Amino acid sequence: MRFELTDDQHDLARALEGLLASSDTVAVARAWADDDTGPGLGLWKRVADLGVTMLATEASLVEVAVAFEALGRHAVPGPWVESAAYLPVALGHEVEGVATLALPPHVPLALDADVADHVYVGTTPVAADAVGPRHVSVDRTRRLFEVSGTGETDPAAFDAAVLATSAQLLGAGERVLADAVTYVKQRKQFGREIGSYQAIKHALADVRIALDFARPLVFAAALGEVSPSAAKVACADAAYLASRTGLQVHGAIGYTAEFDLSLWITKIRALVTAWGTPAFHRERLLQDLVAGGTR
Amino acid sequence: MDLQLSESELAFQAEARAWLAANVPAEPLPSLDTPEGWVLHQEWEARLAAARWSVVSWPREYHGREASLVEWVIFEEEYYRAGAPLRVSQNGIFLLAPILFDHGTQEQQDRFLPSMATGEQVWAQCWSEPEAGSDLASLRSTARRDDVRGGWVLNGQKTWSSRAALAHWGFGLFRSDPEAQRHAGLTYFLFPLDADGVTVRPIAQLDGEAGFAEIFFDEVFVPDADVLGGVGAGWNVAMSTAGNERGLSLRSPGRFCAAADRLVDLWRASDDATSRAVTQAGVVDAWVKAQAYRFYTWGTVTRLAAGGDIGAAGSANKVFWSELDIALHETALDVLGADAELESRWLDGYTFSLSGPIYAGTNEVQRNIVAERILGLPREPKGVQK
Repeated sequence: MRFELTDDQHDLARALEGLLASSDTVAVARAWADDDTGPGLGLWKRVADLGVTMLATEASLVEVAVAFEALGRHAVPGPWVESAAYLPVALGHEVEGVATLALPPHVPLALDADVADHVYVGTTPVAADAVGPRHVSVDRTRRLFEVSGTGETDPAAFDAAVLATSAQLLGAGERVLADAVTYVKQRKQFGREIGSYQAIKHALADVRIALDFARPLVFAAALGEVSPSAAKVACADAAYLASRTGLQVHGAIGYTAEFDLSLWITKIRALVTAWGTPAFHRERLLQDLVAGGTR
Repeated sequence: MDLQLSESELAFQAEARAWLAANVPAEPLPSLDTPEGWVLHQEWEARLAAARWSVVSWPREYHGREASLVEWVIFEEEYYRAGAPLRVSQNGIFLLAPILFDHGTQEQQDRFLPSMATGEQVWAQCWSEPEAGSDLASLRSTARRDDVRGGWVLNGQKTWSSRAALAHWGFGLFRSDPEAQRHAGLTYFLFPLDADGVTVRPIAQLDGEAGFAEIFFDEVFVPDADVLGGVGAGWNVAMSTAGNERGLSLRSPGRFCAAADRLVDLWRASDDATSRAVTQAGVVDAWVKAQAYRFYTWGTVTRLAAGGDIGAAGSANKVFWSELDIALHETALDVLGADAELESRWLDGYTFSLSGPIYAGTNEVQRNIVAERILGLPREPKGVQK
């Protein structure tokens, strides 16, 4: 019983953090949203070179969770859940290049299908001409496309994708909290830092608590000790609380597209319903519970 | 990273489960805040102690079995899963004992721990005063030096003292240096509640039972042997978290997991389709949060086993479980529908849960601690001190 990352897992987290922190991921994400996918594809290669796309098949879901928390913290754009979680588990091997998929009803549209090297419906590859019209997401870095075709859902792969999305939400929530804490320590009103007021303190303390208690579910799910739906429910709630609170404590500046916080506020909203809505995951948990299961 | 129990931990779990299955009373005991329930809970403690299950992590000479922290958590999971009685001795074994182990003299440990472990002597905590609640350091009850008799004379009033109506001993802070400010000049005392000059007045709680009391001290003599830790060091002694390696200041996750499982059963058995539909999300969320608390605790246990301490994370912990406890019981009452107002185990649990965000430091105080010590936010300017 040692419920903590190993040294190797910490090393992976540090390596990714080092790469992403020095890659101006905000600029990459903004370019991606503007259809300038060059910087994002360059970053994709550097992240893949660290081994992120092979973690699901060569390491374990714990490493996958570590990686996706970092991707979420840095708002890295692109179909990572598809390429580094769902497809490697479904296909049983690492995916070369950028791959994406649609998986109705939970994943009705495929992310970035116009730049992907491989497009699937479920685990069935489809031709480039299967890619249809584009839709606009609240998260402008999520470039969504209709894809025609049919395919099966791989349950283990779906769970891996749910877990990866949960970890991404956790990382995004952590980022919003960190930025909010920094801001309220600097911003002064009525003669003192707004972070010294209890109204602000208690709201941010609740975010800290929600994230702290969502995290263990991510890693317990990665170890197969609890349903990934539990992780998704908790991470969606915690990250969403972070986004609402983060926006509120920033005031009007937080409500601008120009301010970088907007990347995470919109991403969190999109991820809350990605790979199974909260209602779907709660229903799934309840059915499992009533049947006497869940872990 | 793993959540696997070792062979010996699994054996410990099996032994605990078997003993509890054979010994836990089939019918719930009467409330421990009634005289008849009190006696039955004390007898239960004695039975636990005779089989070395009352304080598993303690040394053998004090009725323990030197269980590891992991084993303690396992025992607690089994205890609540078995539906075993509330612990009448919990103020002593969970709150005072860790401090006795860290700051008590050998003589004090030998004198107090065995009878605490068997439930023979039940302890009450005496922190709050009428004018000192969240601002505990403003407490006014005094301890005056008595060199002739070799001890201290206590005067003042404590209130909201859990279990004090029926308990045998109390522990609390008194101002031993009238010149010192706030946290300085406080001393931690142990005192029998039947001592000359002590008056205990029970207070009926929300459920009508005398779960706590106010205590008046009128020239109560306490010998030097019953000072815990150094004179004037009471604040640090009381707030020390070093006792956490014994795990006993953790709130057991087993309690919430067992309650969440019972909530799922209650929901499944309901034949009110409307109530089931409306409460569905609440049932799932209670279960998810109980699991979150359980896995979080395994993380804490891992850190403690590696020599870390809980520190300010204990405050995050307290906010989380106290809110979970209320939400879980509110959902249960919603499932019960019109019967929710009637006496039941769920109603008892609900009423008890309402005290969670208040006792052991209000959740407002805990959120301040999380914000200032974990997030590093600036302290609020202090108000006028009196």
